[in-house]
Amino acid sequence: MFKATELNLRNEQREKRWRLLFLLMALLLILPVLIILILLVYRGGPVISWSFLFEFPRNGMTEGGIFPALLGTIFLVVVALVFSVPLGVAAAVYLSEYAPDNWLTRTINLAIINLAGVPSIVHALFGVGAFVLFFEFGTSILAASLTLGIMTLPVVIVATRESLQAVPHAFREACWALGATRWQTIRRIVLPNAVSGILTGIILEVSRTAGETAPIMFTGAAFFVPFLPESVYDQTMALSLHLYTISTQVTGVPEDLPFGVALVLIGIVLSMNALSIAFRVYLRNKKKW
Amino acid sequence: MPQAPPDAGPDAPSTPPAPPVLEVENLSIRYGDVSALRNVSLSVHEHEIFGIIGPANSGKTSFLKTLNRMDRFESHMRVEGHIRFLGRDVRAWRNVYALRQHIGVVFPLPVGLPLSIYDNVALSPRLRGVTDRRELDVIVERCLTRAALWDEVKDRLDSLGSLLSGGQQQRLTIARALSQDPALLLLDEFSIAVDPVTTMRIEDVLKELRKEMTIIMVTNLVQQARRLADRTAFFLTGDCVEIGRTDDLFEGKVKDPRTYDYILGRFG
Ligand SMILES: Nc1ncnc2c1ncn2[C@@H]1O[C@H](COP(=O)(O)OP(=O)(O)OP(=O)(O)O)[C@@H](O)[C@H]1O
Ligand SMILES: [Mg+2]
Repeated sequence: MFKATELNLRNEQREKRWRLLFLLMALLLILPVLIILILLVYRGGPVISWSFLFEFPRNGMTEGGIFPALLGTIFLVVVALVFSVPLGVAAAVYLSEYAPDNWLTRTINLAIINLAGVPSIVHALFGVGAFVLFFEFGTSILAASLTLGIMTLPVVIVATRESLQAVPHAFREACWALGATRWQTIRRIVLPNAVSGILTGIILEVSRTAGETAPIMFTGAAFFVPFLPESVYDQTMALSLHLYTISTQVTGVPEDLPFGVALVLIGIVLSMNALSIAFRVYLRNKKKW
Repeated sequence: MPQAPPDAGPDAPSTPPAPPVLEVENLSIRYGDVSALRNVSLSVHEHEIFGIIGPANSGKTSFLKTLNRMDRFESHMRVEGHIRFLGRDVRAWRNVYALRQHIGVVFPLPVGLPLSIYDNVALSPRLRGVTDRRELDVIVERCLTRAALWDEVKDRLDSLGSLLSGGQQQRLTIARALSQDPALLLLDEFSIAVDPVTTMRIEDVLKELRKEMTIIMVTNLVQQARRLADRTAFFLTGDCVEIGRTDDLFEGKVKDPRTYDYILGRFG
């Protein structure tokens, strides 16, 4: 019979302690999220009603609903996605599938990493200079969405590139050996198997885009707009900016109102996430290797 | 069974020789500073099974890669010399995709693409522009049958090819290569991940296939070369040491003693 040595026992003890430590850290991580959610639902929940969601703000934004801001946020996110998803995916496909390993590629990769690290207020200033002034879009949804799009482009590119790289190289070689071009291989083999990863990138982008305030407040979002946006050249309200305004700029706002706004904002992000996760699960069940 | 053409030489028989399917002249391959193959010249004739044996790192896989110009995908791979396939220099083919469609490849490890079994086999015809479902059905059934896989999968053509067992996937790979209707089939150590029974089945398949195409078979099992190959080349660390009729080599009629040592497994 084998007997556990002193060392074995000590290692087992240590193993347990480390495990406990990591578990605690993981729990610690979800604690803030839980607290925020509970607080939001507890205080913001009662504020939410049909009229809160679908009416204009009244009385200097101390009463009424948030409809223009809600619609504005969705509008901004969608236009930003329309811009950044095709561009980001195309760039990632180039970097992962076509680009030779040379200084140009390395420079582009470096630029992407750096772009991801640029503070959002710097993106905002870039947006003002480039889209509002130079391209003369004015402060508009277009300018704001383009700014958001550029800001979140690295997220899409990196997530897409990673998921393309996760598709085994042997699949590509087998497909090339059949006489397929690179593009045929990408379209038939690589992209279909990378979709779920690309979706993750888009989820992340949506979450960031919907919550950002700085990049839109100088480029297209306004404190208060008495009408709904009709085209991308209009200004709009946005939930994130609205939340900022009623919490810090306006007096006489009922205490629970900002919680309601925050809850809606988080609700949008979470439901979009849930939707994409469901879609991913669906895709994953269909494809496997 | 087609006659194995003798080594071309001054005393070759006077019957009009069929032009070789593949002629390789002074082929050298380098990866950066590493030389993987030096000055290989050989020709492969129609309906021949040409075996290549040799220990690891002798340049066998690199050799196969240059034939269908997969070297294009390796940025630091340099190829020198001439390769003529069907009488034409492989670099002079109108485009490499057309060339690759004529050359089927089976890799050492089975690669079932993450598509259905049907789509795996239909992929190459579809790339060529075949869209008619009935035509595809015929191709899929014929290729799977010839690869000795049809009976096992005919009821589940819609399930994923990448979920088949290793041996089945390797036969799927062969079926996929056959769907190209290749003039030349390249096999790289196809039995490395396959059990002996499946290996024998595939070998039987190859014996049938040689009636329709030419086969180059890299193998790490010398007995496999003996069973299948008409002629065999022995590669050793980048040199083609010997090319001869398989029967001669296995009887010890070798020009270089190292060949026979390798065949007998007396190799360090
Ligand atoms: N992609 C590559 N990049 C750099 N060097 C390579 C590459 N592929 C092969 N080589 C080198 O080329 C030489 C020959 O390799 P090759 O794969 O052709 O040998 P092989 O005969 O197929 O060996 P095995 O029997 O193990 O498959 C080796 O020295 C190897 O390191
Ligand atoms: Mg090899």
